[in-house]
Amino acid sequence: MQVLYGRHHVRVFRFGLRLVRDEQVAEDLISEVFLDVWRQAGKFEGRSAVTTWLLAITRFKALSALRRRKDVGLDEEAANAIEDTSDDPEVVAQKKDTGEALRKCLTALSSEHREIVDLVYYHEKSVEEVAGIVGIPENTVKTRLFYARKKLAELLKAAGIERGWP
Amino acid sequence: MMATSRKMLDQEPSEIEMLLPFHAAGTLSARDARRVEDALAGDPELARQYAVIREEYAETIRLNESLGAPSVRAMQKLFAAIDGEPVRKPSLSVNLSARISAFFAKLSPRTLAWSASLGAVALLLQAGVIGAVLMKNQTASFQTASLSMNEPSSAPITRDLGVAAAPPRALVRFAPEARIADITALLDTYQASIVDGAKGGMFRLQFGNRAMSKDEAASLLARLQREKIVSLAVATP
Repeated sequence: MQVLYGRHHVRVFRFGLRLVRDEQVAEDLISEVFLDVWRQAGKFEGRSAVTTWLLAITRFKALSALRRRKDVGLDEEAANAIEDTSDDPEVVAQKKDTGEALRKCLTALSSEHREIVDLVYYHEKSVEEVAGIVGIPENTVKTRLFYARKKLAELLKAAGIERGWP
Repeated sequence: MMATSRKMLDQEPSEIEMLLPFHAAGTLSARDARRVEDALAGDPELARQYAVIREEYAETIRLNESLGAPSVRAMQKLFAAIDGEPVRKPSLSVNLSARISAFFAKLSPRTLAWSASLGAVALLLQAGVIGAVLMKNQTASFQTASLSMNEPSSAPITRDLGVAAAPPRALVRFAPEARIADITALLDTYQASIVDGAKGGMFRLQFGNRAMSKDEAASLLARLQREKIVSLAVATP
């Protein structure tokens, strides 16, 4: 368990943190995820990569944690709290730092869009693996990512950054 | 030619367009990756969109990497929780062996000795029966390994040590993004088998079961070198 934890806890933490947007909650998530893994190790069928299995459990736990929060608007509040730590996209755009603006806008995406972007780009999961983790058909994975990217382009455009697409 | 990408926002994206992010992350199969590359080569607008995607890909990684790592508290909490878990039931196989051990442990030494003697007698009887059956079925004829000088000597007595007599082999390194399914498909296509493991990331492959001419082997190697999932292929004995 220590080896498994050592190898994957950062990945699980970052995926969880991007979903729940609260470090404390994300840390609690890690314990819950790996405890589940310890309890259900016999159920792992080896048909998918360990990381795919871990991310699926993390997602489930993160959504449960979000549901436990009483105030529905907390997600947006948390987003604002994160954004408060530095300049907003408009200011960043004035500084001509497209990279930073992009990261701001990636943070501002909806959780549904954030998770698909992270799974594909950061966790490097294939269409089939994302479908398994999120529990949606493969075609939906592709279209959801396309619309997440389109939303990202809209946010950047609103911040005054044109990238030539769409 | 119709452009692969769509200019209008209200239009549905094309299949290739939707595969671009997966291509950037290197998670497409070799076949799909080739389709995307072909489309990118012939559609500048799609290539522009791909450049945008590469930027998104890099910034998503940068954003996630900036999130840091959890504190030690998370690990302590986990292992404290594991320590507090009830003792897990042993697996069925362990359980079964424990029960067998317990059964023998319950027998007295005298009973165990008698059982062992009985087992030895049964083994001797069995050996006798098998021996008798074999003796009964054996015919009187026998053969020796000898060389008949009367036979036509067209075939050489020794093995041909020429390189051409053995099927061609190559040392191959697969691209890091190659997936097991792609490698299996490649092995099928070339009727190849892995004859030696991954030493330094290289596999020794054998192609078919028959010898090939020099030209045939060279053409096969050239074809292999052009495969997308192959980063290096060199002929080897």
